[in-house]
Amino acid sequence: MKNVEIKEFHQARWNEPIVMELSVPGERGVLLPTLEKEIEEEAGSVDFSAIARKSPLNLPEINQPRLVRHYSRVTQEMMGSDNTLGISQGTCTLKYNPKVQEHMALDKRIADVHPLQGVSTMQGILEIYYKTDRMMRELAGMDKFSFLPTGGGQAIYVNAQIVKKYHESVGNTHKTEIVTTLHSHPVDASASSTLGYKIITLMPDPVTGLPNWDEYKAALSDKTAAIFITNPEDTGIFNDRIDEFVKAAHEVDAVCVYDQANANALLGVARAGEAGFDLMHFNLHKTFSAPHGSDGPGCGAIGCKEKFAAFVPKPTVEKDGDMYYLDYDREDSVGYVKFYMGNAQAVLKAYMWCMSLGIDGLRQVAVTSVLNNQYMLKEILEKVPGVKLYFDDGRRRMEQTRLSFEPLMEETGCGAVDVNHRLIDYGISELWMSHHPFTVPEPFTPEPCESYNKYDLDYYVEVLRRIAVECKEDPETVKTAPHKAARHAPVAVPETSSEEDFKKLATTWRAYKKRF
Amino acid sequence: MTEKKKIGLIVNPVAGVGGKAGLKGSDGEAVQKAAFEKGIKPEAPDKAIRALNVLKDISEEIVLYSYDGEMGCSEAAAVGFEVMKLGRPESDAKTTSKDTETLAKALVNEKVDLIIFAGGDGTARNVCGVVGDSIPVVGIPAGVKIHSGVYAVNPESAGQAAKQFLTEGGNIKEAEVMDLDEDLYRKGVISPRLYGYMSIPDNRKKMQHVKMRSVSQVAALDYIATDIIQSMEEDVVYIIGAGTTTRNIMILLGLDYTLIGVDAVCNGMLVGRDLDESQLWKLVNEKKCRLVITAIGGQGHIFGRGNQQLSPRVIRKIGTDNITVIATKEKLLSLPDRCMLTDTGDSKLDKSLEGYIRVVTGLNERTMCAVRV
Repeated sequence: MKNVEIKEFHQARWNEPIVMELSVPGERGVLLPTLEKEIEEEAGSVDFSAIARKSPLNLPEINQPRLVRHYSRVTQEMMGSDNTLGISQGTCTLKYNPKVQEHMALDKRIADVHPLQGVSTMQGILEIYYKTDRMMRELAGMDKFSFLPTGGGQAIYVNAQIVKKYHESVGNTHKTEIVTTLHSHPVDASASSTLGYKIITLMPDPVTGLPNWDEYKAALSDKTAAIFITNPEDTGIFNDRIDEFVKAAHEVDAVCVYDQANANALLGVARAGEAGFDLMHFNLHKTFSAPHGSDGPGCGAIGCKEKFAAFVPKPTVEKDGDMYYLDYDREDSVGYVKFYMGNAQAVLKAYMWCMSLGIDGLRQVAVTSVLNNQYMLKEILEKVPGVKLYFDDGRRRMEQTRLSFEPLMEETGCGAVDVNHRLIDYGISELWMSHHPFTVPEPFTPEPCESYNKYDLDYYVEVLRRIAVECKEDPETVKTAPHKAARHAPVAVPETSSEEDFKKLATTWRAYKKRF
Repeated sequence: MTEKKKIGLIVNPVAGVGGKAGLKGSDGEAVQKAAFEKGIKPEAPDKAIRALNVLKDISEEIVLYSYDGEMGCSEAAAVGFEVMKLGRPESDAKTTSKDTETLAKALVNEKVDLIIFAGGDGTARNVCGVVGDSIPVVGIPAGVKIHSGVYAVNPESAGQAAKQFLTEGGNIKEAEVMDLDEDLYRKGVISPRLYGYMSIPDNRKKMQHVKMRSVSQVAALDYIATDIIQSMEEDVVYIIGAGTTTRNIMILLGLDYTLIGVDAVCNGMLVGRDLDESQLWKLVNEKKCRLVITAIGGQGHIFGRGNQQLSPRVIRKIGTDNITVIATKEKLLSLPDRCMLTDTGDSKLDKSLEGYIRVVTGLNERTMCAVRV
């Protein structure tokens, strides 16, 4: 490998106030034209009092140039997958969001569709829903899809609702428990828990990192309503006995739910259906290229076997002859989970992405992302000092890897958090560490998905190496980072913080005005 | 210039000598004498020096307090620290546990910010008896017996923990002070008791990050206690074992409790405090009882460490189905081999307790954990 040249980076730091603070009473960005005489005469006398607001509209009063400056500056202070390598954010699958999809989503034939207009006038978007459903069925080995949940967490919650509805429908009143693993996404536990289920969690085996078979068998019982499981788990390790896990759960009449929010390792390679799962979900904003995070809008597409099809949320998109229609007449459905049709743009983007790649291309996504990860893992372990791989029993990792900066911490006193503060000085977004609780010390979880080429991976590894060396040779620089990024180091939240302390924080302007 | 941090240093120079001599512990003059006769060189001073070396970088920001001689001054001098002398041991030739206690007392009076001590479980017990949880401590492991959670993994990490606490500040947490009965230990009986808790720096990294904000340990303990309290049945006696995890049940019930002992609750009222074996035996024969316990000590024992009053006959009478184990997920993950141990002294009973159990780790949350002998 040639020596990788690290490029100079320096981000703008504007200390830009939030837009509400820029408000100057009386200032205007747009002056509305006065009502033309002709229109006034035509309209006659109009009584606006019925529709006039009772309270003043709380919008910032701000001139147009200042507003443009504001948003341009905020944009410069961003670090996202369009201007940095999104490799750091494991489990998030930050891949390239093709711009043609954005253009299409802004096309007025999509953007101007009103959810309440007649279905005969929105056949196009319904056809996209219908066809995306058919493609997802093929990819997942499932019999029906719903695109109504607008995030992965909601998809899990809706799947838990389906589990509940199913057991009610067959008169199972004794099903009170849900089994999951510690390395599955925590929402598998929390969403089910809010429906009143007792959660039974399996700890990872200290050697393999996977759930232990005997422990799993001991967790299952007549009370088990469902298993909710991620595979490959957060660690990037694939449980190759997953079909046996499913079989054992079915033997106690439990529903098997597969959290495939991140399905990048398995597209076109392995299907939830063949492993025996009853329910599953894909995050279209992860695996299927719709923007992720606050770039949204997201979609947690839920898939199910025929046995559960009657329970999916309504409406569903169906076809009668040549006409697509929305089916609200679904007696056994868990009901409404989102207004209208959910996030149509995310479905559109996933549809375009699948159509542009074809099945061979989708399979190539999985192959490339796994290959990328295995190459990068080898490079990190060889070149970056102070990194340790836990659960290192010879199993290969799939699309991501849970690693540890434990040796770096022990040797230099700088750990994953310190590396993160320094990483943004190189123009690379922070490493995502791990879900809670941490099962390895000083964790980090990179995921080099298919959008990155060898140069990107080598560059990324070289930056990590350089920071690890800095931790040893110049820890002061690392400890006081970031120096060249838009933001400062985060304010520490003391471990003893109570809910009361969090009430002192305001996440909206309205809350801020109310509290301070 | 900010004020210098005051650090107390206690080295038990005879800690650990018994182990090298195969004497299982170093408590008591007779054992120490036997060890020295075998030509054993004490290691505690060297280990203290290793820990102090880590603090060299911040020597300008701290000031050390200790006794003259090997209880602190000579080790500190070896690293180049100057020490404020608070006195000297009664006899330079052989220091005793009494010297540890008087030095600890002097450090409390001096209102030091942190006490660093080198020794084993016996030393920790002596320090705990005087300091309690009033001043944060860092233990340098130098003894034969290290069952107490107040000790760092090795001298260097003890130095690191102290340095980080002094320079960055941070939170403290409670850690167990346990000690074996050495006479029994020499006869092959492992019977450690829980003597108390001291405050140690909690060095886990904290930062504000959306995906990182999790339930704090304090909240996790409340959820566990709430789960137990919500499931309490009328007229059933709940025997609440020792430890900080189980303590929260008593706090939430608004009841008095024994941190290192076993209490009993029925219908929300305290019906027994710091019960011994015979009181427990009487109770379990009179009433329907359930037992709520947590793992004690670094090895993860649910029985046989610090709760010997829960004897085999008491446990049998309660019934294995009526035992609930509680712990935070973090605690379970920190157990060696991720399993809990049972050592009731009755191998048949231990065998029947083996298997996978559902540990209460939150409100309506259970985590599977293996129990082994």
